[in-house]
Amino acid sequence: MESTEVRLRPPRELVSAKAIGYWTVRALAGWLIVVAAQVIWLINDGGHAAWHVAGLILTGVLGAAHVIVMPQWRFRVHRWEVTSEAVYTQSGWFDQERRIAPISRIQTVDSERGPVERLFGLANVTVTTASAAGPLKIHGLDQETAERLVERLTEGTAADRTDAT
Amino acid sequence: MTAIENGAGEWRRLSTRMLLIHPVQELLRAWPLLLGLVVAGSAGGHGSWWSLIATGLVILGGLLRWFTTTYRVTAEQVQVRKGLLRRQVLTVPRDRIRTVDVTAHALHRSLGLAKVEIGTGRTDRKNDGVKLDAMNAAEAARLREELLHRADTGAPAASAVRAAELPRETLLARMRPEWLRYGPFTLTGFVTVGVVAGVVWRSLNEAHVDPRRIGALSALVDRFQRTPLAVDVLVVVVALLVVVAVASTLGYLLAFHGFRLTRNSAGTLHVTRGLITTRSITIEERRLRGVEFSEPLLLRAVGAARCIAITTGLRVGRGAERGGSLLLPPAPRPEALRVAGAVLRNDAPFTAPLTGHGPRATRRRFSRALGVTLLVLAATLALWGLGAVPAWTWEAAIAPVPLAALVAADRAHALGHTVLNGTLVSRRGSLVRRRNVLSCEGIIGWNLRRSFFQRRSGLATLVATTAAGRQRVEVQDVPLKEALRVAEEALPGLLTPFLER
Repeated sequence: MESTEVRLRPPRELVSAKAIGYWTVRALAGWLIVVAAQVIWLINDGGHAAWHVAGLILTGVLGAAHVIVMPQWRFRVHRWEVTSEAVYTQSGWFDQERRIAPISRIQTVDSERGPVERLFGLANVTVTTASAAGPLKIHGLDQETAERLVERLTEGTAADRTDAT
Repeated sequence: MTAIENGAGEWRRLSTRMLLIHPVQELLRAWPLLLGLVVAGSAGGHGSWWSLIATGLVILGGLLRWFTTTYRVTAEQVQVRKGLLRRQVLTVPRDRIRTVDVTAHALHRSLGLAKVEIGTGRTDRKNDGVKLDAMNAAEAARLREELLHRADTGAPAASAVRAAELPRETLLARMRPEWLRYGPFTLTGFVTVGVVAGVVWRSLNEAHVDPRRIGALSALVDRFQRTPLAVDVLVVVVALLVVVAVASTLGYLLAFHGFRLTRNSAGTLHVTRGLITTRSITIEERRLRGVEFSEPLLLRAVGAARCIAITTGLRVGRGAERGGSLLLPPAPRPEALRVAGAVLRNDAPFTAPLTGHGPRATRRRFSRALGVTLLVLAATLALWGLGAVPAWTWEAAIAPVPLAALVAADRAHALGHTVLNGTLVSRRGSLVRRRNVLSCEGIIGWNLRRSFFQRRSGLATLVATTAAGRQRVEVQDVPLKEALRVAEEALPGLLTPFLER
């Protein structure tokens, strides 16, 4: 409908395919906590067994759908691109967001790896500007790409010494 | 140049008159505790001694603050040393100073003193900058002038220029007595009433007084129990409205009496105001990125509006004063438009017609507002059908539906945006309608947010990120094509490499 004239194309680079596994594990862990809570409630409550079982089935269906659909969907959405002028990211799955910031306005470039992400060999890169509303986060990069990206961005920003607000 | 330059480098104390104020302040701060001690003691016997000792300690602490606090202003920095057991040295480099606020409470004013707060404009930390509580009012004013209106590097040529343009304060706005009529519509009274109720409740608790045992109160409760419920509700609502209206008006008078907004040719805006507590706030124009023209629903109904500065290094706080970024208290709309235009030296963005967001945005406002209320109605109806809840629940759930529709219509009507004279203009909101005018130079980047449902209806929320004010200006639910056009017009070139035709 809106592809008649100008279109904002998605960023070029995909994140690492290993991220699908990581997102699956993370979502699964979240749902297991919910299931565990429900089971504990079921054991302590005694009565209303039918309601509890119905609740568990509902959680199972929702959880399975989320764990199967979300990582694939997210992998198709999460993209990034760095040009000599700007950083451009796309993230989310059900709700999506694209963020664009000029290289000249970058203030910090951080890379971060959680314990589970390390198992998968993944890293995140966060690019902040002077605005608290606009950090650009790239999740699920493989470690080597993340390192190269941080290096490239820090080189680019070190040249620019203005206030950037 | 002035006394400050002459006394550069010397450690100085605050005004000796603070020896009178500090103990009183500490006592005021500690009074619920002291009251508790007195009441608890009256039952026990030795309590009066304990409360005397506590009072003495509090007063001593207050006196010590004067002896332990010293400050100095050098050519490069402002330093404050304070603390008795934990000595602290706070240092603020002078080129980092963004704001200097001068506040004088009733006590300060009675002794001719003023408190100086020096802000470095870091919004990410609570305890930023230093406080000098307090110095001679004239010295405080001089210090503010010195810290903010310094000529760069103090070269002789620069001081000559400064001397040439000495009469340099231009008045942009001043409060008129008739503005007080907007007081009742500001609703700040709700907060005041809440705070007063909180203090009363807390002191009753500290003093272990059971409210049911107070004669007048229980008599009142008895009377309410004899009258019909509808009458009680009406009486309470009317009484509350009157109290809130009076408190709001008083609050307006206290905060904004003698309000003046001036422009200093050295590149600052200067707000002074206050009846009992006077405040004097300075905003560097270099840091000003825009103005928010804000119309809360009730004020809009009586034709009033207020202006708030969008500036880096000044957090937008809550309450009537907006953390010091308020440029104009609730005032007649034409006056607010004039002031907003004068502050930015750019009238058009505040009066120009805006591009609407079209029927799909309107539909989205309605589906969001009605969706929730209808869902609640359906749920209560279903539960009533199952016999789980009484009938009044779904009857009560009907009331929000037309209200939500009205708000949705108003919100849809408010949506609008344009790019004009180097500014991005965006208007949205119903309960508080805001027209944000953000200088395009202040825009750092873009966030283009699209929820699942926004994608289906071809809409997007375009967020201009900025380092000033609330850190963002949102153009809500705008057709995607228009969002891209706006982004390209406001910051030409940033999006270009990512566009396809």
